[in-house]
Order: sequence, then C-alpha cells, then structure tokens
Amino acid sequence: MSAQILPLNAVPADTPDADGSEATILKLPETEAGPAPATPAVAPRPVPLLQDRVRREKTAAILKSILLPLLTFAVILAAWIYIHDHVAHGFPTPGQTWDHAKDVLAHPFYDNGPNDMGIGWQLLYSLGRVGAGFGLAALVGIPLGFMMGMSDGVRMAFTPLIQILKPVSPLAWLPIGLMLFKAVDPSAIFVIFITCIWPMIINTAAGVKAIPQDYMNVAAVLKLGKLELVRRVLFPATLPYVVTGMRLSLGIAWMVIVAAEMLTGGVGIGFWVWDEWNNLNVSSIIIAIGVIGGVGIVLDLLMGFVQQRLDYSKH
Amino acid sequence: MTSYLDLQHIDMTFATPKGDFNALRDVNLAVRQGEFIALIGHSGCGKSTVLNVVAGLLDATSGVALLKNREISGPGPNRAVVFQNHSLLPWLTVYENVKLAVDKVMADKPKAERRDWVMHNLKLVHMEHAADKRPGEISGGMKQRVGIARALAMRPDVLLMDEPFGALDALTRAHLQDSVMEIQAELDNTVLMITHDVDEAVLLSDRIVMMTNGPSATIGEILAVDLPRPRDRLKLAGDPHYHHLRGRVLEFLYQKHQKTAA
Repeated sequence: MSAQILPLNAVPADTPDADGSEATILKLPETEAGPAPATPAVAPRPVPLLQDRVRREKTAAILKSILLPLLTFAVILAAWIYIHDHVAHGFPTPGQTWDHAKDVLAHPFYDNGPNDMGIGWQLLYSLGRVGAGFGLAALVGIPLGFMMGMSDGVRMAFTPLIQILKPVSPLAWLPIGLMLFKAVDPSAIFVIFITCIWPMIINTAAGVKAIPQDYMNVAAVLKLGKLELVRRVLFPATLPYVVTGMRLSLGIAWMVIVAAEMLTGGVGIGFWVWDEWNNLNVSSIIIAIGVIGGVGIVLDLLMGFVQQRLDYSKH
Repeated sequence: MTSYLDLQHIDMTFATPKGDFNALRDVNLAVRQGEFIALIGHSGCGKSTVLNVVAGLLDATSGVALLKNREISGPGPNRAVVFQNHSLLPWLTVYENVKLAVDKVMADKPKAERRDWVMHNLKLVHMEHAADKRPGEISGGMKQRVGIARALAMRPDVLLMDEPFGALDALTRAHLQDSVMEIQAELDNTVLMITHDVDEAVLLSDRIVMMTNGPSATIGEILAVDLPRPRDRLKLAGDPHYHHLRGRVLEFLYQKHQKTAA
C-alpha cells in the first residue's frame, strides 16, 4: 500500500475498501494529479457545523419518536375516561386499573390451587402450550416443507390439502382435538400445532424453491450426496425462510392460544381473561391485554433476533 | 490418440414450449493436456452449453465428450467450474468455501493436510488474508479469486471457466487475468474458458475457438495463439503479431458472423 506517502489532505479512500489493492489503484491518479491547494484551510470548518446539524436532527428525531406515541396513548386514555363517564359506568377508570395492575403484577406467582393462580403462572402455562405446539409443528412442518421444495411429486400431493386447510381458523380444530385426546391440554397444543404448521411448511418449501441454481451447480460439481446436499447447501440456504415462517407462526399462535384457552378452561392467560370476565373484573382484562401484548412483542423480538443472526446476506 | 479432452459430434437440442431448439450442431474439438482454450462467440451462440456438456451439467443430445478417453457423464470435481458469478456459498467463510471442495476430493487425507491444501490454494490467488471473511464482506474481484481457488483446490483434470471475469471492472479483470496466467505458468492446467472479450482470449489462451451464431451453432474457426509466454499485456500492446491475431478474431466476430441486430 502506498497510502502513507500521500499528502495528508488527500484521503486515499474514505471507507476501507474490501479489496485494498484495487481501491488504491483506482484512487491514485485522482489524488496525485489533482491536489486542491485551497482545501487544507477550508476543510476543517464545515465539519463541526455539519456534525452540529446532524446532532440536532438526531435529537429532533428521538424527541418525535417519543412524543408522538405518547400523544397516541394520551388520546386513548381520554377516550377511555370518556367511555367511563358517558358510555359504560361499569368500566374501570385508568386509576382503578393502575391500582389493580400493581396488585396483580406484584404477586405473579401465587398459587391457591388450580382455580386461583397468579398471572405469571397463567402466562407460563400458555407459553408452555404454545411452545409444545410450535415445536411439534416445526418437527413435522419443516421436513415436510423441505420435501415439498425438493420433490415435485410431494408438492403436488400436498398443495391442495394445504390450500384448503390454511384459511381455516385453527379453533375449528379444537373439537377434533378434544375428541381425539379427551383432555384439554393436548387439545390446546393440537390447535397450536395446526396454527403453526402451515406457515412453516409454506415458507420452508418456498425457501427451497428459491435456492439459486448456482448453488445447486456447485453441489453437483462437488458431487455432494443427498444428505450432504441438505446439510451443507439446502438447509443453510433455506434457514432464513424457515425462521421467517417460524416467526409468523409464533405470532399467530400467541393470538390463537388466548381464544383456545377461553374455550378449554383450566390454567392459562386465555382462561384467566374469561374467568375475570365471569367475575366482572374488567380491569383484569385490560391488564391481561397489556401483558399479552408485551409477551407478544418479546416473542417477536426473540424471533427477530434469531432471524437477523441467520441472515447471511447481512454479515 | 493424443487428445486429452475430446468432443466428438456434439449435438444439443433443448425441448422448449415453442418446440425443439437446436443449440449446438456437430461440435468437434480436441484439446491437449495443459492447453489453455478460449471459447469465444456472440452471446447466445452456445458457448456455455459446450462448457456445461464438458462439466456434465448438461447431457449432449448426441455425440460424446471424452476426457482421458473416458466418456463424461454427470458432473464431478475432476472438471471444476469457475462460475461467472462466483457462486460462493454466502453462509460459509472464504476458508470454508474452499474447504467444502477439499473435503470432497481429499476425503481420505488427514485434517492437517487438507487445511494446508486450502491455505495453499488461497495463497495461489492471494486471498489467504481473507480466509475468515464471508463472501458478503469482500469485493467482486476477491470473490472470483476465491472461486478460482475453490476450483483449483479440486485438482481438476480440466478447469472450466464460464466468463470468469465478465462481471468485473476492467482494472480488476486485468489483475485477475495476470493471476490466472501466473497460476497457469505454475500448474499447467488444461483450461477451457468462455469469454466474449477478444483481448482476454488472445492474452490468455493457446488456441481460440470461435463459434458461429446460434441456433445450431458450431465451431467456425480455430486460431492458434503462438505468442511466447510469459506474456506481458504492456509489451503485447505494441506487438504487431498480437494485433494481427486480435484482428483475426475481430474479423471473424464482426464480419463473417455478425450478430443480426436484435
């Protein structure tokens, strides 16, 4: 590299180019032939000004991103108070709800028998069912998706079935689950399994289909065996699609579990919502909505994190 | 018979929705061991089809392709391909990309030896410094270097290059061409390279195979490039024989077989 002998004001390359040698050659004529005599005196001044402007714009952007959502929440709060005052007097005030929330969230893991448990337990039971159904769906759906992506026969065999079943609300499967398993827990897991499996199959198959022919040619030239092909090429190439399918299905599963548990009863956040309604504890339901939303965000962030880690195009 | 790679009466017809399309007709070519062949022709003339038949990625409709007197059937690492768009696996590092090939062809060798062989080939293309980088982190020219290293690491009988420098800028391309000449001087590989760059063909090859336009493309002329090696692009720029050879190829491409305006 000859960058060291360049005059100080001549920046050889503002970003370290990956291929250093090429970058240097490209820049050399420019920096040697066209030295701008005026630049050293003028150059330092605009830089702090620009930095100032950038900083100001950044601060403004941060303020906006905080203030605007706060404004939305304020409008919702006003509507809430209006509803309490003029529409439904049974509706708790924000203050009452806040007090109740402090109560509920202070002891999330109390256990007074199966009909009276803290909200933490309720969430854990629901998460357990979602986890089980989600995991089973991954075990079945991802391999099936791979087979559908790799073989036209398998794809033709399954596509009509999936097309018919995909738009059906997973809750329609609950009675079938109850009949098959004769117990509520496996039935709820079964419903989540049905919820999760379609996006996983469809995304995995699409991922396999989307693998560039180049990779397949490389595999062909290297004479990779079927298993090696799956392990070294198909699986890593498809993984981002698979995780996208998993992220989608987890999001839907978290919505479906609430409804499923309302129907099955037992322990779980959905059942808790229904139970509190039966006790006319509307503030508990509002708290549950907030908590379910929060857990949903955490689940999505987790999957988003995994997704980002596996996105090789961004490494 | 002295030929090492021998294409005999290769015909290639593709079935398309609009009926059969005859891409190649009666392609005959005999290549000696250690020879560097450039295949040149207008786009759509079936150059890639010839290369893919030798690679085994396509089966000729009729005719045979012989390598060391054995009929080619199916792809294999003894006919390594340098693909136009590098085709590195983006989830593997540079090292792992080459290692994938080395593990395949040297499965019986101990780990340390395989490791050394990977690094040796990365050194050949001056890429050992980027061994732990992923393809997304290096430039197009560097990716193509790694693609060449991967192909060389297979110790192929024939090295196939499909417009290896087509997607690169002129300066990077010149760098890589010099590297290829260096490596060729050292390893004496048998190379079949597709190009549409006349200068590249004259600079690198021992013989230039010029193809007529498709459909039913075939070999029009073969030009022996009898310039002494090592070749220096700067000296050749003033060499009348170089210009004569270059003129012969241009004449073939733009007078005898001009592509009708699309």
